[in-house]
Amino acid sequence: MNAFVAIVRRDLLLAVRRKSEVLTALFFFIIVVSLFPLGIGPEPALLRKIAPGILWVAALLATMLGLSRLFAPDHADGTLEQMALSPTPLGLLIAGKIAAHWITAGLPLVLLAPVLGIQFDLDTDALGILVLALLLGTPLLSLIGAIGAALTLGVRGGGVLLSLLVLPLYVPTLIFGAGAVEMHISGLSAAGHLSLLAALLAVAAFFAPWATTAALRIALE
Amino acid sequence: MSNKIIHWFKYASPQSFYPLAGKMIPWFWALAAVFTVIGLWISFFEAPTDVTQGEGYRIIFIHVPAAWMSMFLYCVMAAWAGIGLSLNTRLSSMMAQAIAPTGALMAFLSLWTGAFWGKPMWGAWWVWDARLTSALVLFFLYIGFLALQAAIDDPRRADKAGAILALVGVVNVPIIYWSVKWWNTLHQGASVSLMKAPTMATTMLWGMLIMSLAFWMYALALVLMRVRAIILEREALTDWVKNLPEVKGNAQ
Repeated sequence: MNAFVAIVRRDLLLAVRRKSEVLTALFFFIIVVSLFPLGIGPEPALLRKIAPGILWVAALLATMLGLSRLFAPDHADGTLEQMALSPTPLGLLIAGKIAAHWITAGLPLVLLAPVLGIQFDLDTDALGILVLALLLGTPLLSLIGAIGAALTLGVRGGGVLLSLLVLPLYVPTLIFGAGAVEMHISGLSAAGHLSLLAALLAVAAFFAPWATTAALRIALE
Repeated sequence: MSNKIIHWFKYASPQSFYPLAGKMIPWFWALAAVFTVIGLWISFFEAPTDVTQGEGYRIIFIHVPAAWMSMFLYCVMAAWAGIGLSLNTRLSSMMAQAIAPTGALMAFLSLWTGAFWGKPMWGAWWVWDARLTSALVLFFLYIGFLALQAAIDDPRRADKAGAILALVGVVNVPIIYWSVKWWNTLHQGASVSLMKAPTMATTMLWGMLIMSLAFWMYALALVLMRVRAIILEREALTDWVKNLPEVKGNAQ
């Protein structure tokens, strides 16, 4: 567990030293979300209806931006090989890296989403559900995305390929995440969607680091 | 009796599988041709005209087998990829690689014929029905697998990376299917219930089953042909390939 904490701290420290990378993804999120009203029109009723979908799709895309850098710098300078050689299980270290990715790429989105939701005229309760859904969903995005990042490590055209591999796998997260907020807006209980999201998170938290580790070992061969 | 046991694992080696596949291919082509003729005969001349859908429904005899095969082939591909990953057998990974284009073709066919069917029946080329949407995602998964394999030059790494992707995909396919289904019932747009006509005429069912067999045999023949090509490509430097009559003939 110490190794896990150490990796998380190391990656967070690296992220703080290179703030621009994290901030770029965040501003990308803000800009993409702000573009939709400009394209669709400022009518509040329409915006309220499409807000959950737009915020979620923008969150998927913003998470994707950071994914290609999840393992690439460590692969380039040989750190990843040292991790694979270390006596600590590689899966644990990888889980730490994924956790750090979520803290730098996912958590800020969760915190920003209510502010952007106000732009779309969502009420307070809906904003709460949105935050809760993103809180459950963004770790899921990091976990699934890590598998894709490991598979495309050092591959020609890795960035575009990564989105091709990962985005179809994001479909359930998008449906349940945006669905939770929509259920609430239409006056139904969002509990079912949130429970499913939590269930997916539990499954992914167990299997994704394992699959990522297997993919990384292949890349390191 | 003991000397009659077939050593199946013998055929795990590309060298012994190559001639076996060569022998099987004409049979599968022949079966595919026979089933296609019978299936098309039933679907055009035997199957009755549908009460509600008229003659247009007959595309079902292409559409449903293509959709079934696209799902079935993904599972088979993932199974071969998994065997290749765990047992490190070369041929299994080659099989997975050979199945992927045919599977993608079937997925595309099912979407394409679905659009042709949808236009006269529902008045739209495309509706966001659960079945259609999950078929589309399945097609994306195939494309992802093909793209990943194409992007990695080292065949062994391509095999293993593809195997992990196929396995992750096969775990996700049911999740995607159910999520899309719930999403659809939540939204309930155009109320589409294509297969709900509860009693399908027996001849129609037979036509569909025989056409499925035809598609299956076609897929087998094509996959075996492709796997033979992959074997030749990957084993090009070995002596047994160089001594094959067809390879020798071309070299001279």
